[in-house]
Amino acid sequence: MDKVISNKRVIALYVVPSLLLLLGIVYIPIILTGYYGLNKWDGISPMIFIGLDNYQALIKDSAFWQSAYHSLLLAVFSGLSLIGYLGIALVLSGKIKAANLLRKIYLIPMLLSSVAIAQLWIKIYHPSNGVLNAFLSSLGVSDPPSWLADPKIVLFSLFVPIVWQYAGFYILIYYAGLKNIPESLMEAARIDGASSWQIATRIKLPLVTEIIKVTIVLSIVGSLKYFDLIYVMTDGGPNGASEVMASYMYHKAFRSFDFGYGSAIGFFLLLICLIATFLIRKATASKDTVQFH
Amino acid sequence: MFKKMTMSSLLLALTMMLLLSGCGGGSKANNGTADAGSNASSGANGAGDKQVTLKMMHLWPAGSSAQQNKLVTQIIDQYQKDHPNVTIKTEIMENEQYKNKLKVLSASNELPDVGITWAAGFLEPYVKGNLFAPLDDILGGGQLKDKFVPGTAEAYAINGKTYALPIELNITPIYYNKEIFAKNNLQVPTTYEQFKQAVDTLAKAGVEPIALGNKDRWTGSLWYMYLADRIAGSETLKKAMDGSGSFEDPGLIQAATEVQNLVGMNAFNKGFNGLSNDEGKSEFMNGKAAMYLMGTWEIPNFTTNPDIPQDFKDKVGFFKFPTVDGGKGNVDSWVGGPGVGLFVAENSKVKEEAKKFVEYFVAKWGEQSVKDAGVIPATKVDTANMKLPQMYVDLLGELNKASNITLFADVQLKPDAAQTHLDMIQALFGKAVTPEEFAKKHQEAVQAGK
Repeated sequence: MDKVISNKRVIALYVVPSLLLLLGIVYIPIILTGYYGLNKWDGISPMIFIGLDNYQALIKDSAFWQSAYHSLLLAVFSGLSLIGYLGIALVLSGKIKAANLLRKIYLIPMLLSSVAIAQLWIKIYHPSNGVLNAFLSSLGVSDPPSWLADPKIVLFSLFVPIVWQYAGFYILIYYAGLKNIPESLMEAARIDGASSWQIATRIKLPLVTEIIKVTIVLSIVGSLKYFDLIYVMTDGGPNGASEVMASYMYHKAFRSFDFGYGSAIGFFLLLICLIATFLIRKATASKDTVQFH
Repeated sequence: MFKKMTMSSLLLALTMMLLLSGCGGGSKANNGTADAGSNASSGANGAGDKQVTLKMMHLWPAGSSAQQNKLVTQIIDQYQKDHPNVTIKTEIMENEQYKNKLKVLSASNELPDVGITWAAGFLEPYVKGNLFAPLDDILGGGQLKDKFVPGTAEAYAINGKTYALPIELNITPIYYNKEIFAKNNLQVPTTYEQFKQAVDTLAKAGVEPIALGNKDRWTGSLWYMYLADRIAGSETLKKAMDGSGSFEDPGLIQAATEVQNLVGMNAFNKGFNGLSNDEGKSEFMNGKAAMYLMGTWEIPNFTTNPDIPQDFKDKVGFFKFPTVDGGKGNVDSWVGGPGVGLFVAENSKVKEEAKKFVEYFVAKWGEQSVKDAGVIPATKVDTANMKLPQMYVDLLGELNKASNITLFADVQLKPDAAQTHLDMIQALFGKAVTPEEFAKKHQEAVQAGK
């Protein structure tokens, strides 16, 4: 067996199909995007090579940095929400009644498509007919806010459905991780007189550290390149108040017909995501993983 | 053991190769049929009896533009009956999605054979990119010669060639709810002062004076365009748009100030900057808002559309945007212009067939749109022997005596400037910029010339 696996040709044979797919679908387009970013191109007429002009313009573009700030806020927000998900997963994995039912309820938003979620929340947020404002009015709030039209709150109005959308996904990951912990460890701890709180913080959490690291990367990088709900619900508006990097890229490429600049933003976004991933890995790296075996 | 493993891994490799070659073969086969299809269709141009499939993309979903949708289907059915060798496949999207899809398709050079486009600035990049075929031959051909209202087909001409044929002509009146006006003892305003008083009365009575969905932004643009026209005059506005004048003209700045005054008076429904045009419109259709400024493409919804209750339709009237005291504008000057037109893709494999279809479509649309859909076509209409809804006749009359029609700003301006304009409109309505900044940003964008 080892001999076959260490045979160079066999390795190549196994790797080639997915390598080709990856090259064709991911890496070559990335390189092309980087190249388009060096051109002045409206997507239709021939490209004109302009070197780094697009990138220089990007660095000075305050609208882009504003959108980057919004993306960063979203990343922080989703990063923090992980704590909540972990808490819920801890409770669910403990022996509580209806855990099964609750798990399914949390998972439902994940089964809906982004556009359906967006439509749902547009209705909820509707300034005069929406459920939310109707509720606030019934509580006696005289002038409930226009959630998606007020530049000061629109971003946070959008964060709520985004967090809600992904709750099921992360809870499921944590839940699976926690369920994987051998019952014998908990039992041993209980015999030693550990409380539930101690079991959770001293045994369960250290054992899912690796999973937590992965979810941090997933949620932060996912937030940095987030697009769909924002595109459908506000289209980056009003006046750029909810513009994130990906929607800004889209607007530049497809609305203003500036595919060169759009590509430059896309490439820059990739760099930011790579750097973020690298930094998170660095920050969360520990020399040895915890094991209780 | 070793032998066995090699054997099985070889087998595995073989299966994979089969799989891979299977995929490859599949795509080859697809290419093959596609080629065969195009051969067949190019043959059809000569012979005329081979099967041809035309792809058409349009923007009238059955839900929100029922009458237009019905009309398109009707014309296509007729055409297919008359030309049994032609099959027409349609793809339908709502306005904003349509615009986006068109750009994506043109970037990958996969435009449908026939599709919808807008005039002037919107059209320009497509023409520059050589994506649309010139249609001068059918414009001057038997069925369409001298049929267009002067000025409509010209809006689609670039460097002397016409790249699309208009099917709609629109102006934008203010529709109003007669019942709400009567309840509040309001008359149709003829001056802007009266209009503001009406807005004030309605707002104080707890009625939403004006329905607006400004997430789409061109909706708010109409208000600015009209105020600019009425205060600074259509010439000033036109010159500012084409770059020979300036947006920093005091009249145009005053127009922007007036927009913010209206917002300050609570003239528009709550949260308008977060609502789409359809959501804004529903405030008017539900009878919650008193006025709605929109194109004549909405006439069917107030006249012939069977899905709208008759007692609501009876309540809707229209008036012209009032004049401003001391302003240079004329009450018969409108914002509007040829709406959408049909293009034929330059790289269409069935270009000749597509052109024939467009010719047929435009001619039939001209005949049937009046009677069946109640929209105003870009071709000349003879209404003498037709029984038409009063609102339609009135607006057609207004159109015929219009002193000027200013084309919608987002269509008229070049793509990048159009985006700046639209963003600034939202900012202006949201009071995120001052009228002076608004004017300055416009001026910079128009001068940048892209």
